[in-house]
Amino acid sequence: MGLLYGLIAVGLALIFGLMDVVNFAHGEFLMLAMYASFFLFAFFAIDPLLAAPLVAAALFVFGAVVYLLIVRFAVRAKANTGMVQIFSTFGLAIVMRGVAQFFFTPDYRSVTHPWLGGKTISIGGIFLPQPQLIGAAVAMAAFGGLYFFINRTDFGRALEATREDAGAVALVGIDKNRVFALGWGLGAALVGLAGAIMSIFFYIYPDVGASFALIAYVTVALGGFGSVFGAFAGGIIVGLVEATTALILPPSLKSVGIYAVYLLVVFVRPRGLFGSM
Amino acid sequence: MDTDFANRRRRDLIVAFCLAAIAAVVPLFVKDVYVQNIMVLTLMYGALSQSWNILSGYCGQISLGHALYFGLGAYTTTILFTKFGVLPWFGMIGGGLISAVIAMALGYPCFRLRGHYFAIATIVIAEIALLLIQNWEWAGAALGITIPMSSDSWLKFQFARSKLPYFYFALGLVCVAWFVTWWLEDSKWGYWWRAVKDNPEAAESLGVVVFNSKMGAAAVSAFLTAVGGAFYAQFVSYIDPESVMGFHFSLLMALPAVLGGIGTLWGPMLGAVILIPVTELTRSFIGGSGRGVDLIVYGGLIIAISLARPQGLVSLFTPKRKEATR
Repeated sequence: MGLLYGLIAVGLALIFGLMDVVNFAHGEFLMLAMYASFFLFAFFAIDPLLAAPLVAAALFVFGAVVYLLIVRFAVRAKANTGMVQIFSTFGLAIVMRGVAQFFFTPDYRSVTHPWLGGKTISIGGIFLPQPQLIGAAVAMAAFGGLYFFINRTDFGRALEATREDAGAVALVGIDKNRVFALGWGLGAALVGLAGAIMSIFFYIYPDVGASFALIAYVTVALGGFGSVFGAFAGGIIVGLVEATTALILPPSLKSVGIYAVYLLVVFVRPRGLFGSM
Repeated sequence: MDTDFANRRRRDLIVAFCLAAIAAVVPLFVKDVYVQNIMVLTLMYGALSQSWNILSGYCGQISLGHALYFGLGAYTTTILFTKFGVLPWFGMIGGGLISAVIAMALGYPCFRLRGHYFAIATIVIAEIALLLIQNWEWAGAALGITIPMSSDSWLKFQFARSKLPYFYFALGLVCVAWFVTWWLEDSKWGYWWRAVKDNPEAAESLGVVVFNSKMGAAAVSAFLTAVGGAFYAQFVSYIDPESVMGFHFSLLMALPAVLGGIGTLWGPMLGAVILIPVTELTRSFIGGSGRGVDLIVYGGLIIAISLARPQGLVSLFTPKRKEATR
């Protein structure tokens, strides 16, 4: 479960953590990805596992378009950039929920009989559900890929440089909008991956994103802004803490542990575990 | 420039007085209960947003967990009344004081945090409180508490038929919140807060005790928000954790101030006057289908305003004045 949170958080880590742009519609991106995966299954009988790359590609386009149509202007705002980002993406989240209700109705849906649904695998006597295991593997791969991407490629360096000083990068010929649009696309694609895998074992409804989004923000902040590895570590900690809390407290209180750990960490270390800002 | 500023402040006060007087007679002509209901909500959100603006607008500490104080106010009054028979008037003040104390207790560790770390901490704290109340049987758990209605009475501040008393109370609350803001704007606190917002290090070096000014802002803001919460509980006479303490509500409280003009005297009220009627009207006229069209319109409006006027709608009225003060 922890790696799953990590997988949702990794896209956010790129947008929120590395580009320092707030995206309050992150949960709605996830919701969209889950619906995309559901409809691919329902109409074309494509298993969510195979659909994952398709969904990721679709979300890539969506993320880039959202950046170009909305976020580009929010980042450019002369006053209150932070609040404008929060509320323009919050507005977007409301619109997306509305659109989902309009086209998909508020009904709960689920992917029936996917390949891996309900299958378990036994490792050393411990039974693990296969979909979650795949999710964990994908999460690890996504983090590894992103880490490599940010630290070893020109694009990754361009992205970080653009956040640091957009004016200076313009001087060396980097187009801020292009870099950030690609960054948003990539972030959204990672959420797409997460959504496709989660559609295997979660119900899908218009408000599904909200509960995951909050935990994703906490995960990114816990790990510290500006650090991919931080978000990864944050995801694992969040998963472990949630599982431990669920043993002690009633299940409805399981998130309390996550939130308490976040507060503890930032009170001791105000920039998160591995944050650079 | 000093006289300019004094003139402006005097004019603000006169305008506010006139607006309040006009607002006070409106319900004598508008008898429609539905419209009166919207007016009460508009005033309430105006007051809440004004309170939020003190901490987040003037002092620059973006709180996205103000639903905590709103909920505390609502729950304190309701529990005191339903379990102990304490009149809501005392509950309101009690809830306000409790919220102010809690705001300072939470501020003690939180005000060390900056930017996103602070904002997320406020969300998380409100969310913890929400989960705890949802699981607290004695306080009604997730089902909430219904305030038993007896007869219309000023003492118990409940009125089954007429919306007018609520309207006048909400109007009073807005006036108080506005006046407190107006008064603080020109007090040493107001100057400290703006200094803390713009550059905390510089403020500290000039002798502003940054930490204490943040605490002051948090206490005033939480107190007023909690009184708003207590009022809301009396107004709808039913509260449940999600509706008074949810994260969504924290954002709704901040929204009028942001759209109207964050850190300005008139912004929150202007934002509320535009936003709340639109919200309510779209909800009742096109939201009935349950298909989310109202959400699309509402969300679209938020995007449009926040992108078109990042400094808030209030800036539409002040271009000349800005140049004059420079």
